[in-house]
Amino acid sequence: MRKSVFLGALAVAGLAAGGAAAGTLDDVKARGKVNCGTNTGLVGFAAPDANGEWQGFDVAVCRAVAAAVLGDHMAVEFVPTTGRTRFTALASGEIDILSRNTTWTYTRDVDLRFTFIGVNYYDGQGFMVPKSLGVTSAKELDGATVCIQTGTTTELNLADFFRTNNISYEPVPIETNAEGQQQYLAGACDAYTTDVSGLAATRATFEDPTAHVILPEIVSKEPLGPLVRHGDDEWADVVRWTLFALIAAEEYGVTSANIDELAATPTSNPEINRLLGTEGDLGPMLGLPVDWAVKAIKAGGNYGELFEKYIGQNTPIGLARGLNAQWTEGGLLYAPPFR
Amino acid sequence: MTSMTDPPKQTLRLGMLIHDTRYRSLTIQIVVLAVFMLLAAWLISNTIQNLAALGKPISFDFLSSAAQYDINQTLIAYDNQDSHLRAAIVGLLNTLLVAVLGCALATLVGVLVGVLRLSKNWLIARIMAAYVEIFRNVPVLLWVVFAMAILIETLPMPRDFRGEDATASMLLGDSIAITNRGVYVPEPLFARSLGDFPVFGAFGISLDFLAILAVLVGGFATSAAIRRRAERIQNATGTRPTTWHLRLAVIVLSPVALLAALGFHLGYPELRGFNFQGGIHLRNSLLALWLALSFYTAAFIAEIVRAGILAIPKSQTEAATALGLRPHRTMRLVILPQALRVIIPPLISQYLNLTKNSSLAIAVGYMDITGTLGGITLNQTGRELECVLLLMLVYLIISLIISAVMNWYNSRVKLVER
Repeated sequence: MRKSVFLGALAVAGLAAGGAAAGTLDDVKARGKVNCGTNTGLVGFAAPDANGEWQGFDVAVCRAVAAAVLGDHMAVEFVPTTGRTRFTALASGEIDILSRNTTWTYTRDVDLRFTFIGVNYYDGQGFMVPKSLGVTSAKELDGATVCIQTGTTTELNLADFFRTNNISYEPVPIETNAEGQQQYLAGACDAYTTDVSGLAATRATFEDPTAHVILPEIVSKEPLGPLVRHGDDEWADVVRWTLFALIAAEEYGVTSANIDELAATPTSNPEINRLLGTEGDLGPMLGLPVDWAVKAIKAGGNYGELFEKYIGQNTPIGLARGLNAQWTEGGLLYAPPFR
Repeated sequence: MTSMTDPPKQTLRLGMLIHDTRYRSLTIQIVVLAVFMLLAAWLISNTIQNLAALGKPISFDFLSSAAQYDINQTLIAYDNQDSHLRAAIVGLLNTLLVAVLGCALATLVGVLVGVLRLSKNWLIARIMAAYVEIFRNVPVLLWVVFAMAILIETLPMPRDFRGEDATASMLLGDSIAITNRGVYVPEPLFARSLGDFPVFGAFGISLDFLAILAVLVGGFATSAAIRRRAERIQNATGTRPTTWHLRLAVIVLSPVALLAALGFHLGYPELRGFNFQGGIHLRNSLLALWLALSFYTAAFIAEIVRAGILAIPKSQTEAATALGLRPHRTMRLVILPQALRVIIPPLISQYLNLTKNSSLAIAVGYMDITGTLGGITLNQTGRELECVLLLMLVYLIISLIISAVMNWYNSRVKLVER
């Protein structure tokens, strides 16, 4: 009897393992929750607020997806991941989306078998040094000790940058941004390097942010975006078009303030109508309700609103839109048509 | 005479496998083994199938591609264009370095504390007891992080050494610099170096170092021969010739002569640019990991040593005292040799623990094999399973080697039974 129970359990486990790859969208609906991998703590992008609720620009993507799929932007389980653990967490199915300022690269897309669903922040790698050091260019950092997060593209860029400029450095590998901050502030490293947005976010938490400068050199392209497992196109489509909905909403002037009004009755702009589901049936094509995009946008606002709220110029992080402006304003944000 | 008759031959029936006590245990063992193997086979085939479904079949090709990342502490030459395999070897050597240093310091401190805890001096015994209880009852990871935090936060930055109003200064006539990036000590340099001896064409071992080692070993061997000769003379004539000056000469003078021939001098660390240059750089990550692992493990070793000493009956001490041996000679000649037999076996597992605990290195950014192969390489190549399997294999081999060496030592010191 006991043996047959055991064998039965084995069989069930085998079936479950076999069926795990079936459909993340169905899994998420059945679970009633989106498992979202985030940074362990990077103010502005992903960090718990005073109430323990995760807030930030990367977090907002997961909240929008949860709102689109489940109708509830709070139905997200956040899994903090480090640079080293994030890909394993996604590949193993522990999380459904990895939204953790992760750079879209060829090997990650092709060799690591992930699908990058777009770019939510165009970034580049930079260096931060204390003003008192008197350094004005990254090329003056010959012989410097540089703090760097392990398991990131920045680690490889750093090696490339110093090699091409034929100067030396001493890397101090660290596991999380908090550790890097501690070592940098204690002077255990001369410079801290990561994506410029990350540097700005880190500097914003310092006691005296003005005592530190971000050097002008941008040593790499870092298109940061959410990613999902390779091979589940339905789920990838859901996440991709949720992000596009946020971007398109800004382009068309749909904000969290006027969305109820715009979604109530069809407007004169058919693109907005299709986006908000008052015309056509784009939602059901994705396997989502008609008003999926309305819920996604209402979760936190459109792309521009999210940017201003978490990392924009009026926040302590103070990032300019730069490359992350709409294509109509000279930026790189360009959502394909909703039709 | 009684005649023997064979018991009636019984043919093996299937039911007997369960009901006959002669076969039952065998049957159960076979069934359990079969189930276990089935389970293992299922796990392995499931893994292989799932990896194939993901499009990531098991492959170790990544080991030969360029690593592209830098490592700060390298015992052999390495740059970011070398292969992942070489990066793994660099990490492995770093692991072995901290393990060997750790085992040595842990043994030293452990034996000292273990003996002192039995001291009749109330204060010393209590201090040692407090040390043992504090260190072994706090997780070693916290000690590692704590040691690192202290080193980083309390020590001066390199730039504090600079300028007229320097707030920090070097020790021992400007030869040692203690900074929050590590300790810089003078390095041995040779003006007439013998060069390197290539091993498998992969890395070089300094011939100077080998020569010094050879002369030292030769010196000690000669010294031992002189001692044996003195003993022979003493046994034959009853008077022992004075040998200490001869023995000192072969141990000290020959290496000194070799060093002079090689043009030995010290390279002092010097503040240039952002950091001290020259000298040997003992990084904070190494120091923090080494000290934390050593003092943590030393607390356990102290208890093992104490138990070993207490295991020797008090009558042994009394007998030694009756023979006129002073207390420290009693300890050295009578108690410790016997106690070693009790101490060695648990000591082996402490060495194994220390070596395996060294994988906590990533907490302070020490680039051991878990940091290179199991960290950056794993992350950059995405070969989780392969990297972790290799890592497990490496730790298994290191542990088995430590075990084998210590077991050999144990068989030498254990009580010879007649």
